[in-house]
Amino acid sequence: MEKEPASKVELAPGVGGGGEIPTFDITLKVRRYNPEISDEAHWDEWKLTMYGTDRVLDALHRVKWEHDGSVSFRRSCAHGVCGSDAMRINGRNRLACKTLLKDLDTSKPILVEPIKGLPVEKDLIVDMEPFFQSYREIMPFLVSKGHSPTKERLQSSEERERYDDTTKCILCAACTSSCPVFWTDGQYFGPAAIVNAHRFIFDSRDDAGDMRLEILNDKEGVWRCRTTFNCTEACPRGIQVTKAISEVKQAILTRKV
Amino acid sequence: MSKTLVPAGTLYRGREGQWSWVAHRITGVVIFFFLLVHVLDTSLVRVSPEAYDAVIASYKNPIMGLGELGLVAAIVFHAFNGIRVILVDFWKKGPRYHRQMLWSVVGLWAVVMIAFSIRHLMHVFGG
Repeated sequence: MEKEPASKVELAPGVGGGGEIPTFDITLKVRRYNPEISDEAHWDEWKLTMYGTDRVLDALHRVKWEHDGSVSFRRSCAHGVCGSDAMRINGRNRLACKTLLKDLDTSKPILVEPIKGLPVEKDLIVDMEPFFQSYREIMPFLVSKGHSPTKERLQSSEERERYDDTTKCILCAACTSSCPVFWTDGQYFGPAAIVNAHRFIFDSRDDAGDMRLEILNDKEGVWRCRTTFNCTEACPRGIQVTKAISEVKQAILTRKV
Repeated sequence: MSKTLVPAGTLYRGREGQWSWVAHRITGVVIFFFLLVHVLDTSLVRVSPEAYDAVIASYKNPIMGLGELGLVAAIVFHAFNGIRVILVDFWKKGPRYHRQMLWSVVGLWAVVMIAFSIRHLMHVFGG
């Protein structure tokens, strides 16, 4: 039997990798909090040499794996899909795994803090329960009346298009914890819950749109939104969050979906 | 590794939307306090017209004149930005053009304020 070549594509020498990746020095400042040691949060600072291809998450890994194993943060897939590592990077909510160090100002320290408005448990880890509580309240599942069809529930591409944007949510909480209203009023449903309600309200196969509109017509519902657009700027999936909230507001007023 | 306590945390670096909301809040509170005083001084006319005249006359000095300029600045911004907020909520393309609408608000505000300032300051300082 003939042996498989290492690569099926013949590359000229010097092409396709092996090139030097540029390195640069950064100062990483992480907001630390450990209630078992002190009630007060503080900043820890590290000087690191990182590669041009590295993300903020890689810098956090470097610290955790090589300098201080007690630094705590959530991350799972590390590729912008699971939504675990939302944090405040240089004052803005971002996913650490989608923020390249080279895109930040490396001449100044890079500040990493937990997301705002949710209780900090340790370092960059916050209690997500209030966030998921709001999410559960808007019934984020398909509700249909009558018997289930024996075939697929058909939907035209126009009908699918209406809520396409809001299907992209990964529940990272970057939007909800960027909202000034949510910081001061933890009872507010928050952008993420409204986005996920939008995903079902405007789904032609769903029959509980009115119930969800009634839930969001609450004092702490969509009317708390002050259109600051922080959520839209923060969303790592590029969801037009403020637009989705406006659509829900109008659906409540006109009772037309 | 070094440990520091300051800053206590960073200010969230929101963009135009966040700052227009902050400005809308501040101008709203300023206008509320003006209206409070305004209702009180206007209702004086029912108590005694002389007292009302005396109070209104006391407003005619340069400090109050500059205060009036600030008040008009706050009202004009709040009014134009209020229209922008309504459009963001009710115009289909509002959320997409919110930033351009904010710059229009600032532009309109500047035009109105330049025109008003000239006329108003002539009254206040021109005698």
